[in-house]
Amino acid sequence: MQLWFTEMHCEGAKFSIKVKKCVYGGESPFQRIDILDTEAFGVVLVLDGIVMLTERDEFIYHEMIVHPAMAVNPEIKNVLVIGAGDGGTIRELARYGSIERIDMVEIDREVVEVCKKYLPKTACAFDDKRVNLYFEDGLKFVRGKKNEYDLIVVDSTDAFGPGEGLFTREFYGNCYNALKENGIMVNQHESPFYPEDAKLVSNAHFHISSLFPVSRVYQAHIPTYPSGHWLFGFASKGIDPVEDLKEDYWNSLGIETRYYNTRLHKGCFALPTYVEELLKDEDY
Amino acid sequence: MEALDSYRAKRVVSFDVPGHKQGKGNPELVKFLGAQCISVDVNSMKPLDNLSHPVSVIKEAEMLAAEAFGAANAFFMVNGTSSAVSAMIMSVAKSGEKIIVPRNVHRSVINTLIISGAVPVYVNPGIHPTLGIPLGMSVKDLKKAIEENPDAKAVFVNNPTYYGICSNMTEIVKLAHEHGMYVLADEAHGTHFYFGEDMPVAAMKAGADMSAVSVHKTGGSLTQSSLLLTGPRIEANYVRQIINLTQTTSASYLLLSSLDVARRTLALQGKEIFRKVAQMAVYAREEINNIGGYYAFSREIIDGEFVHDFDVTKLSVYTRDIGLAGIEVYDILRDKYGIQIEFGDIANILAIVSIGDNQYAIERLVSALAEIKRLYSRDNEGMLKYEYIAPVPVIKPKQAFFADKVSVPIGESEGYICGEFVMCYPPGIPILAPGEKITREALDYIVYAKEKGSFLTGTEDLDLNYIKVLKD
Repeated sequence: MQLWFTEMHCEGAKFSIKVKKCVYGGESPFQRIDILDTEAFGVVLVLDGIVMLTERDEFIYHEMIVHPAMAVNPEIKNVLVIGAGDGGTIRELARYGSIERIDMVEIDREVVEVCKKYLPKTACAFDDKRVNLYFEDGLKFVRGKKNEYDLIVVDSTDAFGPGEGLFTREFYGNCYNALKENGIMVNQHESPFYPEDAKLVSNAHFHISSLFPVSRVYQAHIPTYPSGHWLFGFASKGIDPVEDLKEDYWNSLGIETRYYNTRLHKGCFALPTYVEELLKDEDY
Repeated sequence: MEALDSYRAKRVVSFDVPGHKQGKGNPELVKFLGAQCISVDVNSMKPLDNLSHPVSVIKEAEMLAAEAFGAANAFFMVNGTSSAVSAMIMSVAKSGEKIIVPRNVHRSVINTLIISGAVPVYVNPGIHPTLGIPLGMSVKDLKKAIEENPDAKAVFVNNPTYYGICSNMTEIVKLAHEHGMYVLADEAHGTHFYFGEDMPVAAMKAGADMSAVSVHKTGGSLTQSSLLLTGPRIEANYVRQIINLTQTTSASYLLLSSLDVARRTLALQGKEIFRKVAQMAVYAREEINNIGGYYAFSREIIDGEFVHDFDVTKLSVYTRDIGLAGIEVYDILRDKYGIQIEFGDIANILAIVSIGDNQYAIERLVSALAEIKRLYSRDNEGMLKYEYIAPVPVIKPKQAFFADKVSVPIGESEGYICGEFVMCYPPGIPILAPGEKITREALDYIVYAKEKGSFLTGTEDLDLNYIKVLKD
């Protein structure tokens, strides 16, 4: 028997993974959650039919959403993570002894429970004493905060469904307000390649740029995400992601990584021309 | 709805209008609107009945609607609630006969007076001292108007106003009936009163004689579809004759079927739906009030006189204290945040929370308002305070509308008698109506509203630089 999971990457293009076994399937109040065991990518988390992470390539995403910000500001102590129910972002953050508090806001408790059970390598830091878990709407949570965090990581799902509010101008503005003077916001910034995703990229960048003095975009290669070419946003109230890189400091921490390194850090902010053009689009 | 399903299943070959013949003649339209939709855009025919003369399926659907809304009779309306308002007034008041109306009525009421020649007797609604919005009619003021005009044929009541404010419908019905007058209700914003729990009283329940209900506004049917409800004292067949004077003879089956489907959903799930709607609105109000600076008002404005009851599903927010006119907040929400609300006026915004909303959308609205306060708030000095301009009626609307008129620059029009409407749309409540004296107060309001970005309508001059006034 051959069983294949298929995700539409755009109208007219599909991406399929051969499934060994469906390990879990359930409906939370917010979304459909599936866990698949696959040959090529190991255990895969699927939300509403869209691949969120696979055991094989999740390290790329999680290293890239955390380490670039941590390498430019050693003073980061208070961190807010929004989304990220799989725990991968927390795992990377927990590697820094300098961080004192990690507040994590995830709308869907069941995602966390399922990941703890089936993705223990990713969901391994929830028990860290510095982590405070809040199960509520990220948009609502951040609205009530002011001048409280050094870093906000927006590790959202796609902009359709529960993650919708996390791609909006009001959300980015609320984040700005919740950040301290040296604050940094890093966000999952979707893919620039397929037209529908590209529109999200340009809209999000337009909103962030009109709210933050510094707004840059960097890239990574993530095989199981649509087009494989993925972007992250780096926004701050002044810190520059390349000029302010503390290369020696970060390397002295001895954090072992498989994708991120400080040489790549300097390069990943250089973008393809078509992406540069896309980010200039102000046609909101 | 079943009749249309069955029509579709029979694959009838059509040699009648509409000429697109289930879309075959206009593939581009099918692509745009969807095949399912186009296939029921049909003409009236025996198996599908005829709205102007209903004897079978439309009659049945209207009877079901009457039952669901607790009315003696119901009419499906396809020319908007405006046409239902007209039909109500023309059914009870002929040319020269009086009808008592609060001044904050929708323009469709005064339109009807222009067409029919009936004469308005205005009752001024109260004005809220902080919010500046027009409220309901007090029973005391109405009593006075009735005593002064014992020959009036009917009393017209907004239930609720755009802002969710209700007059004392039960008392008004009692008072009007004692004096042999009919009660007509504009329930454009009150469909949910018939189905939700803990809502203000619905007109039919309170014993009103007729009501115009915009099912499309909060009940889920298609735009322009509406219901006219009548009580036991009203001769239904005469009302149909009145409706047929102006109603299209090619009623859209898309609109008609949407009324039928909405009626069914409301009857079966209305209670649950409006419980959720009310919950969302209450939650949003709390969160907005927590931001500070805004005032999302609710039942605390009930004063037993001008505000007898309040519709909690209406999310009105007073914005003047953050130094922004409602219309400015309305524009920022749309242009910067991609959030479209119902309207903004001088000092308030109104967001409609309905059957189609979810928690995510509410969170977005609240967060956007928090951001707008953070980024745009300013000192509120010099901001105009009141929404309501007391009218000075001089001659009858019909006489004024059809009189000889001249065009004058709006800035020089003070003291003239106005020959046309001026209003912000929405809400569509006239600042000036035909036959009213143009006062300094009204002009100041118009200039201010225009400057703040309100969409002013009603005048022949679309830019509103000139206004038509009556020749001396």
